[in-house]
This record gives sequence, C-alpha cells and structure tokens, in this order.
Amino acid sequence: MVTSRDQGVAKAGSGGPGATEPAIRVEDLTVAYGDRPVLWDVDMEVPPGVLMAVVGPNGAGKTTLIKAIMGLVPPVAGFVSIFGKPYLAQRSLVGYVPQRNSVDWDFPTSVLDVVMMGRYGVLGWLRRPGRAERNLAMESLEKVGMADLSGRQISQLSGGQQQRVFLARALVQDARVYLMDEPFQGVDATTERAIVTLLKEMRSEGKTVLVVHHDLQTVPEYFDWVTLLNVRCVASGPVGEAFHDRNLRLTYGGRVSYLTHHAPEETFANPEE
Amino acid sequence: MDILGFVANLFADYTLRQVAMGSAVLGIVNGVLGSFAVLRKQSLLGDGISHAALPGIALAFLLTGSKSSLTLLLGAAAAGWVGTLLIMSIVKHTRVKYDSALGLVLSVFFGFGLVLLTYIQKLPVATQAGLDKFLFGQAATLLRKDVVTIGILGGIVVAFLLVFWKEFKLVSFDPDFAVSLGFPVRMLDILLTTLLVFAIVIGLQTVGVVLMSAMVVAPAAAARQWTDRLGVMVAVSGIFGALAGVSGALVSSAAARIPTGPTIVLCASAIVFFSLLLAPNRGMAWSWVREQINRRQLQTEAVLGDLYVLARQHREPGHGHPVEVLRTMAHGHGGVDRSLKVLKERGLVQETGSGEWALTPRGMEEGGRLSRQWREIP
Repeated sequence: MVTSRDQGVAKAGSGGPGATEPAIRVEDLTVAYGDRPVLWDVDMEVPPGVLMAVVGPNGAGKTTLIKAIMGLVPPVAGFVSIFGKPYLAQRSLVGYVPQRNSVDWDFPTSVLDVVMMGRYGVLGWLRRPGRAERNLAMESLEKVGMADLSGRQISQLSGGQQQRVFLARALVQDARVYLMDEPFQGVDATTERAIVTLLKEMRSEGKTVLVVHHDLQTVPEYFDWVTLLNVRCVASGPVGEAFHDRNLRLTYGGRVSYLTHHAPEETFANPEE
Repeated sequence: MDILGFVANLFADYTLRQVAMGSAVLGIVNGVLGSFAVLRKQSLLGDGISHAALPGIALAFLLTGSKSSLTLLLGAAAAGWVGTLLIMSIVKHTRVKYDSALGLVLSVFFGFGLVLLTYIQKLPVATQAGLDKFLFGQAATLLRKDVVTIGILGGIVVAFLLVFWKEFKLVSFDPDFAVSLGFPVRMLDILLTTLLVFAIVIGLQTVGVVLMSAMVVAPAAAARQWTDRLGVMVAVSGIFGALAGVSGALVSSAAARIPTGPTIVLCASAIVFFSLLLAPNRGMAWSWVREQINRRQLQTEAVLGDLYVLARQHREPGHGHPVEVLRTMAHGHGGVDRSLKVLKERGLVQETGSGEWALTPRGMEEGGRLSRQWREIP
C-alpha cells in the first residue's frame, strides 16, 4: 500500500532513546463507569515524534482514554507504557493539557503563577518556585504569545487565552509526550492557528503529541496520525491509511456526511478500493 | 479618649486580655484555612465539622472526666474528623449527593451530641456544668491555659499550611493536573481537611458549634472581594477573622451573659457586607458606578449620533433640531438633556434657538468618526 506518510514512519525510527519503542503503547485497555464500559479492549500505539488526533463521537471515551493513560481513572483491565516502561515510572516525561473548563478560572491567581505550576513536579516537595521557574514560564508564555499578559488575573482571560495559558503550563513541563484534551474547543481562529503552529513546532523538536479533537475537517491538515475511537478503537495509524470513508462510518455510524461534502481526493483516494 | 481608655483597660484587664488573644488566634487560623475551604467550594464542610464535633467533646468528658481544653478539643477533633470521613465515604460509595450527606451527618452527630450533653448535665457531679458553652460559645470562660492550647494548635495548623503552600495551591486549583505531576492528591486533600478540622476545633469554646462555620466562610468570602492574589487573600482573610473574633468577643464580654458566637458572627457579617458593597472591582457599589458611567457615555454618543443623522438629512449643518425629536429618537431611554449638556461642554453641539440644537463643525467631525465606527450610517 502506498502512503504519503512514510516520513512520519521514518521520523518514528529516529526518535533517540525510545527509537525501538512507541512513545505511548496502550494494550487491552478497558475502563468502565459502573456497569457501562467507556473504553473496551483498546489497543493502540503512538510512534515517537508524531501528532496524533483522537477523534470519535460524543461519549466515545476520548477524554477517558487520556485520563486512563495517566491513571486519573482506574482501568478495569489493560496496561499503558510510555517509551517501553510503565506510566508511573515515566510520569515526568508526560505533559498534560486538561480541558479548559475543568478548573475554576475565578481562582485568585495570575497567568504567570498558573504557568509556573508546570514546574511543581520537577521542584518536588517544599521547594518554592524562584527566578529560574519564572524565566522558564516567561519563555513558554512568549511561545504562546501571552508574555504581555503574564501578570493578569486569570478570570480576565478570554477562552482562547485560557487555552494558551494551559498550553504554556504544559510547555514548561518540558515533557517528551503530551496529552491534550480538546485544546481547540471554543477558541477563536487566531488562537487555533497559533496552537497548530505550536504543535508543529513541538513535532519538529521530536515531541509526541496526542490530541483529543472534534473537527474532522481539519484532521488531515493538522495531524499526521489519527485514532478513531468509539468505545473500541476502530482504527489507528497514519492519517493517509486510517482516515477514510469506511473507518469513519464505522466510528460515527451512518451519521457522518463528511466524505460526500468535503473529501479532498489526495487524502482519501484509495487505489485499492 | 474613650477608645484609648478601652485599649488601656484591655491590656490591664486579665480576662479581657485572654479573651482578645484567644479570639484573635482563632480568627486568624480560621480565616486562613477558610480561604482554602471557600476556594475548594467546601464552605459547608465547616458547618458539618463543627456540628459533628459536639459528641466528641461530650464523650471526651465522659471518658476522662477531665475538663482540660486540650482533652476536650482532641475529642472534638476526633469526632469532627470521623464526621468528615463519613461524609466523604457516603458520597463515594452511595448515590447520596454531597449536600445531603453533609446534612445527614451534621444532624445525626449534632443530635447525638445534644443527647450526651443533656445526660451530662443531669449527672450529680459538681464539675459537670459548663460544657454547654460549646453550643453558642462563651469567650469569657477562656483561661490562660486555654489560650495557650489554642495558640499552640493554631500555630501548628498555620505552619503546616505554609510548609505545603505550593502543593495546597496546586491541589485547590487543578487537582487532576496535580495527579499528573505525581503529587499524592488524596493525601494532600485529607491533610488540608484535617487542618480545617483543627482550625474549627480551636474556635469551639469561644464561638460554639452552632455558628462556628461563619468564622470559616465569612472572612474568606470578604477577603476574596479585595484581591486577586491567593497569598493576599489568605492574609487579609486572617486579619478579617482576627478583627471579627476580637471585636465580637470583647462586645460579648463587656455585656453580661451575651453568648460570644452570635456577636462574633455579627461582626464577621458586617465585614462581609462592607466588602461586598465597597471592595474595588468586585464590590457592588463599584460595578454600579462603572455601569452608570458606561451607560451615560453610550447615551451621550447616541445623542451625538442622532444629531449627526439629522444634520446629514438636512444637508445644512447649522440647522437646529428640537430636543423633542432627539427624545423621540432616544426611544425614551432618557438622559437627552444631560447628554446635550455634556456635548455642549465638549464643544460638539450648540443651542441654535430655544430648545433647538445643532452640531458644531467639531461635532460633525466627531459624529462622522462615530458613525464610521458603528457602520450604521452611510
């Protein structure tokens, strides 16, 4: 099969210490709330250095997948490894961007303070953030275009600015793998472009990023790998291979009208079908 | 002179000095810990803890026969802590929601405490009297050794909070992120709640179990109005707590037989009322003033815009238009006369006859600029 995504695979092979290991490997992961399975026997691998989108309908378990990878929700069965070792041993390599509305933005604190929280894990117990942390936080804020708002109280931020603050907080973690929960949700076009640019920068630095995403239209443009999730993992692989008509229908049922209206040929032409 | 005399009296009078010091410490500690409870949306937990502490006090007395404040407070802390854990496990293991679980534990523990208290008061022991001060608080009963106990326990609580400041801040703002960084959020949660239990317990003799939660919530809610920084909020909340505690305790000690809890709560409420009303940015007075200023400015701009439209229609800038026309165009939103006065002061309009107004050349310019801004008038 011919894919236009060979470079993604090649990049995966040159990922340094984790060269032979996937950045994230999920095996047989099952999560249930009560008697309702939210994730069922999910297997997937994310090679190092790729931008992977996780898409699927509402209630497909996208957020749960991210939370289960980090142990925030306990799995019924299954195993998660980061660069070949269990998550708990590799925690410091994983950065997290939660959903923007998961916190109270009226908390009395400033933008800079929130971003510095990304260094708390490295600081460990008792040590207070100092000048070094402040400088790192300012650098990250510059990367997301928020340096001039560093002193602002967080309740005065727009939705897009809140999202940028969370991204900056993840950047100061200096992780190798990032898990992001709907970073594009409710942000304006400018912020969306800024985030995409940032994601591509991160990929060129060899970071691996897993993004829960809603907008199917932009998947081929923003990402090089994709996982289609609906409780089960329908497909996972390079966008050129996995993101096509049949898989989308399997994921969304008959509801998806994406292909008939928008399919750009180069992305979906599948010579074998 | 009166105040000076009162302060001099305060330091001379042994009882008043104890009362003032004890209530200052309990006010500070509860203000400080209460800030975190309020920010974590656990304001009501304070109420649960304080009510749940009552049977602990009674049991501690029944078991040891001692009325030393340390024994009673440790009993109170144990019961308060058990009550809290019970609330948390009810929420976790049943379908009962947080507020119902809290109400349930609060009333069951408090009821049990009242039964024990009644039983103790019927005991033929000479030392039985006095436990009922824990219901509504009696600051005048504070002895030196009570104040020492309160001071030491309070000092420990605040020291813990300062040591784990960064962690508590993180856990209060974004617990999921704290887990992802590897912090034991569950343990930190329990530690912070335990500190809150001890903060509440040291106030029980002075304020009483019934109204103690006000000392947790009120200073923190008031302090939140004045600042957007956690550190400042906690400090201000401590100061407000001390202020309410000392003033309430002194008032109740000065007048015979008034329980301290209610007077302290009244003082705390006054601080909250004052803060809600007058604090900059968040205060009600402030936002009312800001709203009025915005409203007037918009009204003035609307009148200028209306005059501009009229001037364009007439192709004769100097032509005056009756104020009634402007009133009609304002759709009864008012402020036309005031707006014209403001515009006249700014040199944008002139009165061409009695009750007739026209734009000045500068007014024309400004009107054109506004209309381009609104893109409503071609």
